[in-house]
Formats: sequence, C-alpha cells, structure tokens
Amino acid sequence: MRGFHRLCHSANRYGMDVYLPIANLSVNGLFIVLLGGLTGILSGLFGVGGGFLTTPLLIFYGIPPTVAAASAATQVTGASVSGVLAHSRRNGVDYRMGTVMVGGGVIGALIGAVLFRLLQALGQIDVVINILYVLMLGSIGALMMREAIVALRPALLGKGGAPVRKRRHHPLVASLPYRWRFYASGLYISPLAPLILGMLVGILTMLMGVGGGFLLVPAMLYILGMSGNVVVGTSLYQILFVTMVTTMTHALTTKAVDIVLAALLLLGSVMGAQFGTQIALKARPEYLRLALAALVLVIALRMLYGLGVQPDEIYTVAPL
Amino acid sequence: MKRSFAVLLLLLAAPFLTAQSEPILVPEVSQSRVEVRQGFTGANLLLYGAVIAPRGAAEDYDIVVVLKGPAEPVRIREKERLAGIWMNAGASDFRSAPSFFAVASSQPVSEIVDERTAAIYELGTDFIQLSPSGQIDPEEQSRYASGLVELRRRQGLYKQDPQGVRISEGVLYQARIALPSNVTTGAYTAETFAIARGRVLASATARIEVEKVGLEGQVVVASQRWALFYGMGAIALSLAMGWLAGRVFARG
Repeated sequence: MRGFHRLCHSANRYGMDVYLPIANLSVNGLFIVLLGGLTGILSGLFGVGGGFLTTPLLIFYGIPPTVAAASAATQVTGASVSGVLAHSRRNGVDYRMGTVMVGGGVIGALIGAVLFRLLQALGQIDVVINILYVLMLGSIGALMMREAIVALRPALLGKGGAPVRKRRHHPLVASLPYRWRFYASGLYISPLAPLILGMLVGILTMLMGVGGGFLLVPAMLYILGMSGNVVVGTSLYQILFVTMVTTMTHALTTKAVDIVLAALLLLGSVMGAQFGTQIALKARPEYLRLALAALVLVIALRMLYGLGVQPDEIYTVAPL
Repeated sequence: MKRSFAVLLLLLAAPFLTAQSEPILVPEVSQSRVEVRQGFTGANLLLYGAVIAPRGAAEDYDIVVVLKGPAEPVRIREKERLAGIWMNAGASDFRSAPSFFAVASSQPVSEIVDERTAAIYELGTDFIQLSPSGQIDPEEQSRYASGLVELRRRQGLYKQDPQGVRISEGVLYQARIALPSNVTTGAYTAETFAIARGRVLASATARIEVEKVGLEGQVVVASQRWALFYGMGAIALSLAMGWLAGRVFARG
C-alpha cells in the first residue's frame, strides 16, 4: 500500500490540488473523481454501493477514517439515486419491499451509531470492522461464487440449458407471521423478513461505512427469494435512503462529512453509475454475479492478509 | 514592512543598547498569518532576525528555532499480535501533544547543548514535553511517546533539521520551515534561542496564526454550527447530482 500511496501523491505534482476543509489536507482532485467513477460503475452494475471499496482506498490515501466513512456514505447516496432512476425506468424497483427495508435500515443505523461509540471508546472499532469485512465478504463471496459456477456449468460445458432451479425463499422466512403480497418481487411473505434484513444492513452501514449492497443483494436473492430483475433496483432504493440517514447521523454526531470530498466522489460516481447500468442491461446476469463474487473474495482475502500481517503503524493517535 | 524597519533600526542602535551582558534577539516571521483556502498545499515559513552581541563580547551564537502548533490531549494506542490478529492492546494518555513540532538549528542540537538543556527548552523531537497522564511506568511512557513522535514524523508533522538555520556575519539568521497541507489550524508559536557555550543566552517568541478562510473556513463553521443544515445540504447535493446525471444520460 506504500506504493499506492506514493502513486497518489506523485500525481499531485501535476496540479489538480484540492484542499478538503474537514479532512484537513489537500488531495489530487482528479484521483478522487476517478475513484468515485470506479465505485459508480460497480454501483450501477451490481447494485452495491461501492462503499466497501471507497472507504478503504480513501483511508490508504491518508484521509481520516471517520471522514472517509462519512463522506463515502454521502457519495453512495448520489450514486444510488441515478441507479434507482435508471432501474425504475424499466420497472426494476419493488417500492413496497424497499420501503419496508428502509424502515428496518433506519432502526439499524441508530443501533449501529450506539455500537460505533461503544467500540470506539474501547479502541477496537478498527479490528471489529476488519473482522466483519472478512467474515461477511468471505462467506457471501464464497456463496455467490458457488451459485454462479453452478449456473454457468452447463453453458461452459456446451450442453443445452440445465433445468432452472425453482426459486424459493428460506424456510425461516416462510415461518414468519402476517404475510403481505409483494407483487413486483413475486412474493407472498411476512414483512418482518425484509424489516430484519434491512435492520442488519443498517447496522453495518453505520459501522463499516458501506451501503451494504454486497450483503443485501445476495440476501434478497437467496434468503427472501426475490425475483432477480428487481433485486438490484430495490437494493439501490434501500441504500439510497439508509445512506441519507447515515449522512445526517454523521453530520450531527461526528461532524465528519467533508462536502468537498463528497462532491468530488459524486462527480465521478454519478457518471460511473450510468455506465454501470448500461453494462448491466447488456451483460448476462450469471457472468455479472461471477465477477462480483470474484471481486468480493479478493477484497476479503486482502483484508484477512491485513489482519495477520504487521501493520505499517503500530501506534495510532486519537484525540481525547 | 514596518517591522523590518524596526529590525533595521535596532541593528543600527545596537552598539548603544548592548550595555548588558546578554545578547539581544530580534525575531521576525515572513508571515504572521497563514491562510488555508482552496488549493492550499502547505506554506513555507521564513523565520529570520538578528542576534546582537553585547558590547565587547565577540561571540558566535548558535540559533535554534522551535515552531509549535496548538497542543491537544491525545490517547495513543499500541497494536499487538493477539491470536494471530494485530489489534490495539494498550493505551496511554498525554495531556499536551503539539499538533505540529519543527526544530531548525544552525548545527545538530547535540553539538550545541547537553541533553538536560535540550530537554528543558524542548530542542528536538526527542524532547517534546507531552505531559503524560495516568499511572504507568516511565519506560512504557517513553515507548508510547516515541511511537507518537515516529508516527507524526512520518506524517510530516514532527521534524527537525540540524542544518535548518543559516547565520550570516554572525548577526543575521534565517530558518525555513515548511508547513504541510495537513496542519491543524490555530495559534502557532515560534521560539528562537541564541545559544553559546552550551547555555541559552536569549530567547524570543513570535506568534503565527494559521486559519481557514474563504469558502473553506465557512464550510468548517457550517459543519460545526449548523450541523443539521450542513447535513441537509450534503444530502441535497448528492441527490441533485445523481438526478442530474440520470437526466443527462437518459436523454443521450
């Protein structure tokens, strides 16, 4: 990561310096816009916010972790709104399901804020975040990878279409009471399932500074059993509102939202999101899922390696 | 301009003023106000002045300049490998860690004064008085303190330059200290010491104000005082940009 860091700063010689008033340092504006663009493409392509990529990269660049997480949340809002618009034009959003999950997400974000404070006081927030990343990304990545390979095997072997596995939600979901009809998702299930799911994602949004799309998308597919064509749009819809709440929570408590940093990230990501959506419409979903699974696994392995290897800085400073 | 003129005047008057045995130190700073605004990539401070020997004493002085940023209480955490994972294990609190600390001297401090004097006047990054609080043993405290110094040194916030001061004609001195862009804003003090025979003979202090101005200053004020509106503004900005991009691309 030293090399990456040097690369970022050597680019600064070519002008484009932008001073970030809250982060308290000057950065290469072009680099931040490109970083935003990259996460925007992921956002439009997979329905994940891309926060799991932005936040660590901003921290490597030297931006304080809290500012990175808070401003990344603001950026994800912008990336999701253009994604939601793009997906809603082709009826790819289940608003009813999304709204239930948003309700859970808001509750989760507030629980997450309390947990954040507690872990910060104990000095263990960083290691908890890293372990969560490894566990989440590792297990979800492995699950998705298996599914994608199973789905692709017939195509790869050149045989005719394999019998399509019947979509089913998890037995636990079926056991919950008060069923509602979610027409767009093709489901008749209890709203408690998406509410709890939204809540878990809300906690992670606040703790890890990520939108939670990488958790939400597979959970919607494999636990709720939602119809594939509304998964990405609905996930973006949930992320849109939960990141708005997260931005507000950060603005009021940590005061770490850097509007200049967020604007630069947004500039790249809103455009990237449009490109991502275009690609998503053309590519085959099995290949997309395989690619996302590979990306998620790579990041999980990188973070696992980071936990075991002696860090560059043994000491960290926190204001009292 | 007016102050440079005063320096000149003092220089001319020097032979008449120096009846006492201590030298007179007249420090000056290239800018007493550093403005952090858009495009700020750091500032180069020139700290200069004159040291005037008392009558009859034709001594060569060494000059040491110490520039300090506002101090703040900090907690330093130390990572250790536990069960194969690197995590924070211990912590130590310090009541006054300067956010910026730079020492420039005309030759290595160890050749100018002994360690005791260096510690008294904080003439080096090894001698920063961090005021440890809490009850932990001194050895552990110094380990944490050197951890902090090393960390901030790599961030460019703590530094020392043993050739940072140039003295011409034994009277005029000048030191250049670079402030990086990640400095904390607030009141900075520049202390200048004239040293001979291992003794600090004269010292003088100049103040430098580092502040955020213009839009950058307003952003900070807004985020602190009008947090609700600031948060709403950030959300509105992201929604507007996302919506705009969606419209533009939908048409194209």
